[in-house]
Amino acid sequence: MSAAAPAHGHDHSHDEHAHAHPTGLKRWLFTTNHKDIGTLYLWFSFVMFLTGGVMALLIRAELFQPGLQFVNPEFFNSLTTVHGLVMVFGAIMPAWVGFANWLIPMQIGAPDMAFPRMNNWSFWLVVPAAILLVASFFVPGGAAASGWTLYPPLIIQQGMSIDMTILAVHILGASSIMGSINIITTILNLRAPGMTLMKMPLFAWTWLITAYLLIAVMPVLAGAVTMLLTDRHFGTSFFNAAGGGDPTMFMHIFWFFGHPEVYIMILPAFGVVSAIIPAFARKPLFGYASMVYATASIAILSFIVWGHHMFTVGMPAAGNLFFMYATMLIAVPTGVKIFNWIATMWKGSMTFETPMLFSIGFLCLFTIGGFSGLVLAITPVDITLHNTYYVVAHFHYVLVSGALFAIFAGVYFWLPKWTGNMYHEGLGKLHFWLSVIGFNIAFFPQHFLGLAGMPRRIPDYALQFAEWNLWSSVGAFLFGFSQLVFLYVVIECIRSGRKCEDRPWEGADSLEWTHLPCPAPYHTFETVPEVK
Amino acid sequence: MDAALDARNRQTMRKLLVVAAAMLGFGFAMVPIYRQYCEAVGITQGRVVGATNTQVDASRSVTVELLASSAGLPWRFEALERELRLHPGQLATVNYRVVNTLGRPVTAHAVMNAAPSYAAQYIEKQACFCFSDQTLAAGEERVMPVVFLVSPKAPKDLGTISLSYTFFESPGRAS
Repeated sequence: MSAAAPAHGHDHSHDEHAHAHPTGLKRWLFTTNHKDIGTLYLWFSFVMFLTGGVMALLIRAELFQPGLQFVNPEFFNSLTTVHGLVMVFGAIMPAWVGFANWLIPMQIGAPDMAFPRMNNWSFWLVVPAAILLVASFFVPGGAAASGWTLYPPLIIQQGMSIDMTILAVHILGASSIMGSINIITTILNLRAPGMTLMKMPLFAWTWLITAYLLIAVMPVLAGAVTMLLTDRHFGTSFFNAAGGGDPTMFMHIFWFFGHPEVYIMILPAFGVVSAIIPAFARKPLFGYASMVYATASIAILSFIVWGHHMFTVGMPAAGNLFFMYATMLIAVPTGVKIFNWIATMWKGSMTFETPMLFSIGFLCLFTIGGFSGLVLAITPVDITLHNTYYVVAHFHYVLVSGALFAIFAGVYFWLPKWTGNMYHEGLGKLHFWLSVIGFNIAFFPQHFLGLAGMPRRIPDYALQFAEWNLWSSVGAFLFGFSQLVFLYVVIECIRSGRKCEDRPWEGADSLEWTHLPCPAPYHTFETVPEVK
Repeated sequence: MDAALDARNRQTMRKLLVVAAAMLGFGFAMVPIYRQYCEAVGITQGRVVGATNTQVDASRSVTVELLASSAGLPWRFEALERELRLHPGQLATVNYRVVNTLGRPVTAHAVMNAAPSYAAQYIEKQACFCFSDQTLAAGEERVMPVVFLVSPKAPKDLGTISLSYTFFESPGRAS
């Protein structure tokens, strides 16, 4: 990397004199600046995270004790459904797009995204979609109650909230495709001279692959929900058995989208952790090239494993076996990654600031989620555990302590770059420990519940499940409320005026740290940097 | 941004849009692909065959239980016999009675299901009321046959097959 001085006075003066920036609301409505749009995405995803979190806490409140206490069963079904949709499409995915906007241009030495206006459009499409999703609670019949997978025939029978949900999915899909086109074009065409693909930080690599996944599968989901819409209103029978359709076909189409979708949520997390662990181990990432190839392998394999979500539909045994082996194969490239991260830490000069804590938390807990995924990949075991709380525990270990913990790690890591201020380390650590303890109390017992046979998505349960559900609810509330600590840390960091150095992390060596001051100026790399 | 880069960016965007459009097409193409696949491995409606000259395997018998129901449709629908035993390869005719208890004509379609599900591929049908829509006038009663055989290829451990038909009102086709 070049050793150019981080301070770029030129960028500052340019910022202040060359353009008259709109201020207030107009700045955010019309902005085409990748940093502004990144900020919008991140705040939006945090609001959606809290919205989905409230739904999760309502679910856990209802499940605190056996019997029906707070909500009626139909509303409970809506809660599980919209909690899933909001967290997947409203919280995790937009958060990663926010990171991509903020970081990718700076990491590859580009002045902005390739299509800044389309970038603005991508973000502002997400907002009405989220409003449609949440507003569907207030229409007659209540919000979608078929589970986030939108399975027919149930979803064909429900009221107008389904149409709102389908429209929201269409809009979100369009936004994701536009965002992905932007990211791919930026990475392929706008890299600084000398920044070859194999020199890019792994976060840019993982997002490049994620963006290709999005372009490949979001249109398939759009097709699937369009078929639902025409089945509902225009007399087609894609999934309607009465007209010769087949609901199982929806599951195939949905999960052809759905499995790559879960990697869309986790691959950028791999990129973030691959930036943070080397920085705090003060060693270069172990096995950079194998990390790139492992990411690509995971992405390619994700297209041939969808059947493991539906082992119980009566596929031929050969199909079940194929999906079982293909799924287990994914453990190989994932294992490469896990061992590379461990090897990076091996004999490093490690310190344990909050980003590193969250990354290590990610490493341990994501691995547990990976292992329970391997258990579920075994067809006969899955047939027993299908639709039990074991599955719920599995995907929360990979999505909460996987994707979400990596988001937290990334926010703490780049907050100094974004705000120019240092966050409160003690409070950050408090947030980590409350989160990791609350999370494990909430979700680890769900493995036991699942193994004992407790079905998911049901507001009541047999008395034998009472004790672990009590613990799970206590943990969920601890985890939920500790996120207010996170909100406080971020706001306190922005307002504190505790200026950080230009290189707050001595081990971080990608372009945004070596070439740019903290906070990053509004316009960066308008003169192309030299990358050696 | 200079013009050359701008043109290059637009070209990348066009290529990616083509991929997205192709994948949208693929989503819809999964419908016929899925149908073809299911027919090829015989997991949906059972095989439809013409008059075939199959060898009867008299060394063993299979029990076929006959089930009938209607979904969200007040039709009385039942099989005239509860179950039958037959040799694989032996042609059998079973009859179902259906009554439209509604005061209006109704068009409905019967969908087959078999348990265990892999048994569906060994049921070979020559005639079935499930091949087409059935329209019954108000109060009409009809007896309808199914002519089928259990393929001699059926595995030896397949002792009992539950053969079920469910009538669904055909959407948009009620008169």
